[in-house]
Amino acid sequence: MNWMAWTLPTAIFFSVIAAILLCMTLYEVRSPCIERKGFLPIATTRGDRLFIGLLTSAYIHLAYVGLTDMSLWIALGISCVWLFIVMRWG
Amino acid sequence: MTATINKPARFSGVNSGAKRKVDTQLRRKLGISAYILFVLVPIYWLLNMSFKSNEEILGGLSLWPQNFTLDNYAVIFSDPSWYMGYVNSMTYVSLNVIITLLVALPAAYAFSRYKFTGDKHLFFWLLTNRMAPPAVFLLPFFQLYSSVGLFDTHLAVALAHCLFNVPLAVWILEGFMSGVPREIDETAYIDGYSFHKFFLKIFLPLIRSGIGVTAFFCFMFSWVELLLARTLTSVEAKPIAAIMTRTVGATGIDWGVLAAAGVLTIIPGLLVIWFVRNHVAKGFALGRV
Amino acid sequence: MTKVENNKAWFLVLPVFLLVAFSAVIPLMTVVNYSVQDIFDQHTAYFVGAEWYREMLQDPRLHDSLLRQFIFSGCVLLIEIPLGIAVALMMPTKGRAASLCLILLAIPLLIPWNVVGTIWQVFGRADIGLFGWAINSLGIDYNYAANPMDAWFTVLLMDVWHWTSLVALLCYSGLRAIPEAYYQAARIDRASKWAIFRYIQLPKLKSVLVIGVLLRFMDSFMIYTEPFVLTGGGPGNSTTFLSQTLTKMAVGQFDLGPAAAFSLIYFLIVLLVSWLFFTTISHLDKAK
Repeated sequence: MNWMAWTLPTAIFFSVIAAILLCMTLYEVRSPCIERKGFLPIATTRGDRLFIGLLTSAYIHLAYVGLTDMSLWIALGISCVWLFIVMRWG
Repeated sequence: MTATINKPARFSGVNSGAKRKVDTQLRRKLGISAYILFVLVPIYWLLNMSFKSNEEILGGLSLWPQNFTLDNYAVIFSDPSWYMGYVNSMTYVSLNVIITLLVALPAAYAFSRYKFTGDKHLFFWLLTNRMAPPAVFLLPFFQLYSSVGLFDTHLAVALAHCLFNVPLAVWILEGFMSGVPREIDETAYIDGYSFHKFFLKIFLPLIRSGIGVTAFFCFMFSWVELLLARTLTSVEAKPIAAIMTRTVGATGIDWGVLAAAGVLTIIPGLLVIWFVRNHVAKGFALGRV
Repeated sequence: MTKVENNKAWFLVLPVFLLVAFSAVIPLMTVVNYSVQDIFDQHTAYFVGAEWYREMLQDPRLHDSLLRQFIFSGCVLLIEIPLGIAVALMMPTKGRAASLCLILLAIPLLIPWNVVGTIWQVFGRADIGLFGWAINSLGIDYNYAANPMDAWFTVLLMDVWHWTSLVALLCYSGLRAIPEAYYQAARIDRASKWAIFRYIQLPKLKSVLVIGVLLRFMDSFMIYTEPFVLTGGGPGNSTTFLSQTLTKMAVGQFDLGPAAAFSLIYFLIVLLVSWLFFTTISHLDKAK
């Protein structure tokens, strides 16, 4: 595993992603979700909203890194809020 | 009265209609012929070059070989480091087709017949691997395959090509399988068939054209790929496409041998497409027509 | 078709999942790891955070090749989709001529990509290639190795030659799925050819065209081998597209960190575009 060059931050990052996926799967098995329409232009399931939220978060981070010099924690904060909004009302 | 007026008019109408039809037919034929000519001429040029000596190639332009020679082909067939390239390519391509079909058939069945947790997302994730540029995954591929001891083996290339072939195979097969009514499955289960027996004895024969087309596509995309195959091999499993770069020597490019090697890479594709010619159009539409 | 709810189907998908995870997820994770470090060798690496991303996002190499990439993919779609439809409309509908056409059209698709590059490298040269010679003897000064415009033209022509057949074959199979009765009805109504195309053929072609656009966009977006062989990215950097910039960085200069950051930015773009296409395709499927 040495060649994979793990670092603590990336390990945490992937663990969080894996944990989210696991929780979503368990939640889905327990109470399957029905497609609904929120403020996004298409009808989505929970999984779709998670994907949209994560992908846009990645783009938020990229824009943040590319355009500003401020701390990345702010971008992380914005992304978390955004993810919550998409999951709840998207 | 009306009839006498109408008749000639209608006749001339039919006539010009028929004439127009002949015209369009002719124009269509001309158009398609022109396009096929455009497709074939560059290939002909390669073929033409492969029968010439280097002096003749560089000496001037000629539409066909003036001194017909098979020397270029002789070079390839007499040198193991050349022809082993073909053997290597064929080996990993066949391995890839077998692996891909073995894993993709059950998966495509699952996608076409069942709803399960995360199915849509799994399908999308598979497709992103077909769409992702190999260059993106390339960085750690060398380390990954070295760490499991597969570097420079045919299996390594076959597995790496699964990255884009498996998603494609699942996509095509799912299209073909969805065309088979599910009543057939249900009747078989009622008749007491087990899943294995039903799948092997009844279902697979039903979609055999789909399997043929899928195998063809896997063959094709594995055969034409160079970037991954070149990165994962050094000597033992080096594909022909990578060996072709050898023709650039100290004295310039050996055009004749390069052309001959190129011509020989086209032949396997031609042989394979012959077998699936009747289904290939549907296959290109991923079984979705 | 209604599908049955059954989570046991996961067992059928498991092999695919494991196989693709091995060759996609592990490398991707490794790329993420690389992208946040400055790597000197196997044992010496420093954590640098988002530094490489910042550098790459402001790197003119990335901007230029991204711009070129989008222009190239745009041109490819603009030429190949209409031309593919036209070829499909002209193809004979049945009999031996149809089979022959199918096979001949499919030939360019079956040629290894570096051989495609070689074919056009030779074909376009003024001294030993028919095409280059013909254009030059028309009095036009054409040299794809020296003039960026000529290089672009040749790369585009090569891609059209290579891939239009795919669009044509897709459309051909879409056209074959139209029942003869539709055409008869149109004939009775004396519909013009344009009307037949617009109201009968084009709607039927919609689903195959989406697949065609998806495949063509994605494949032209990752084009590497053909221009690499044909022009080597030159003259200058005029035909260096994203994959080639990336490979140059990773293999040529061995800048693992920046190359990894570049890979991930590239991957995110691909992810977004393929998600948009995928959503469109599943909506079309549902509408049916």
